[in-house]
Amino acid sequence: MTESISQNYASARDMRAKLDSGNTTARELALNHLQRIQETEKHTNAFLTVLDEEQLVTQADAADALIESGNASALTGIPILIKDNISTDGIRTTAASKILDGYTPPFDATVVSRLKDAGAIILGKGNLDEFAMGSSNENSAFGPVINPWGQNRVPGGSSGGAAAAVAAGEATIALGSDTGGSIRQPASLCGVVGFKPTYGTVSRYGLIAFGSSLDQIGPIARTVADCADTANTISGRDPHDSTSLDLEIDFAEYLDRGVDGMRIGVPREYLVEGIEPGVRSAFEASLGVLEGLGAKIEETSLPLTDHALAVYYIIAPSEASANLARFDGVKYGMSVDGEPNARESIEATRGIGFGAEVKRRILIGTYALSAGYYDAYYKKAQQVRTLIRREFQDAFQEFDALATPTSPTVAFELGEKTQDPFQMYLSDVCTIPVNIAGLPGISVSCGLSDGLPVGLQIIAPQLGDRVALQVAHAYEQSANWKLTPPEL
Amino acid sequence: MADPILTSDDIRHVARLAALRIDDDEVEMMRTQLSDILAHFQTLAELDTEGVAPTGHTTDAHSVMRDDEEMPALDREKTLANAPFVDGEFVRVKPVLE
Repeated sequence: MTESISQNYASARDMRAKLDSGNTTARELALNHLQRIQETEKHTNAFLTVLDEEQLVTQADAADALIESGNASALTGIPILIKDNISTDGIRTTAASKILDGYTPPFDATVVSRLKDAGAIILGKGNLDEFAMGSSNENSAFGPVINPWGQNRVPGGSSGGAAAAVAAGEATIALGSDTGGSIRQPASLCGVVGFKPTYGTVSRYGLIAFGSSLDQIGPIARTVADCADTANTISGRDPHDSTSLDLEIDFAEYLDRGVDGMRIGVPREYLVEGIEPGVRSAFEASLGVLEGLGAKIEETSLPLTDHALAVYYIIAPSEASANLARFDGVKYGMSVDGEPNARESIEATRGIGFGAEVKRRILIGTYALSAGYYDAYYKKAQQVRTLIRREFQDAFQEFDALATPTSPTVAFELGEKTQDPFQMYLSDVCTIPVNIAGLPGISVSCGLSDGLPVGLQIIAPQLGDRVALQVAHAYEQSANWKLTPPEL
Repeated sequence: MADPILTSDDIRHVARLAALRIDDDEVEMMRTQLSDILAHFQTLAELDTEGVAPTGHTTDAHSVMRDDEEMPALDREKTLANAPFVDGEFVRVKPVLE
């Protein structure tokens, strides 16, 4: 590996040290990343939009001035990719859908303004499953992302571009969104770290809504500490999002506290159906590492886990069917011309503009909310959601955190699950319960199985984000995997 | 395999509710796939949820009213630039009532 490429695999904290000591500049980092993107995109397809050299240099020079003046913060000068369902003023935002063809947001999402205020360098926009609906990034209207760990393997989804770009050295940090695992599962499959904060800690203003009670923006990065620093930058109350919480949390506060004496539960329901032997053994080895650091590991049971998938695939599509009603070809995006009236025009636009998975979810959601079925599906799912939350609350009376695999499998082959939507949905079986209960969860690499990365998921109580990061950091520092994919 | 839960007419009805035009091949595909997915949801009926309050949101968020103050809105030019059909300061739509 050449020096410039290995520099692209440094953590944001290592880059920060070099920037602050004058050993590199934001401009140099930005241009190195642009070069890496230009060389690597033909293998990964992780970016939907790459900003040009002039746009990068303008941002980088402002960051260098900030550093020079002694006003740098954690992410000043750090190259970042934004998942393309997060709005960027003046930069096209597609949600990987044909229906948003030609759309350029007239405003920044709150997380984007906060990154800009911190002097972070926005490299471009990341590929995803259309409207963040998918677990393999094969539902993008712009073609799938390829996992840098294997040229016929999916990166996971829906934040597949974000995870692949960080894994391939194209970005240091990426912002993703996680409705049922869309940050953690691709991070697991690409061998990087993915953190979904507690629902409400990060503003959703400017995130193109999928399941509003489940969606949460969070970071994908190379280290747990970088995830904590990013969360610190983007979190906090936002008047534009009435569900954002008015709290000041220092996400990095507990990082160095270790896990000695901590009680960590392992719910057995996460280890049964469909889990690959290589994933199970890597996961069990990671529990050994935590035990060696002084944590008390104990098996436990969360029997409602088996119902989480059904709850999710009723609630998320129901919310999506309402949220996606706004895409009508009138205010923005593509529009089918030549229809006789507004109704026909809207139906035709949506029929052509949405891909198959989005249509499936709109139809499931509309059905679950329709007269005669509402009580049996939507209301029932919301009631079971309450029971799942209570089950987690009870577990956290006994345990500081829970440990599970992030995904039952390593990265699967392109096309392997596209014919059977339900098999694809099972990819998120370990991550979905966390969104249902609004909890924080993080995936950190715990080794390889057949040469492909495996993820360890740490789940903490609501607003216990610092604990999740603490456990993940302790594991990461001790296991010291430093996984780098084979050179593309 | 049990009879599919949904008929073709169910799919067409729901697609109309959702303002989604789908062709006959899609109707058939969706009927098979959605019936399969709904079959997996039936397990929820096993759970006793009598008297359990539904969860709509996991935080204590409640509806809030902001003060009625003038604030900057989205830039008109940038916003209108996104509309497929524009007439001056207006967005053009097809007839709604005929």
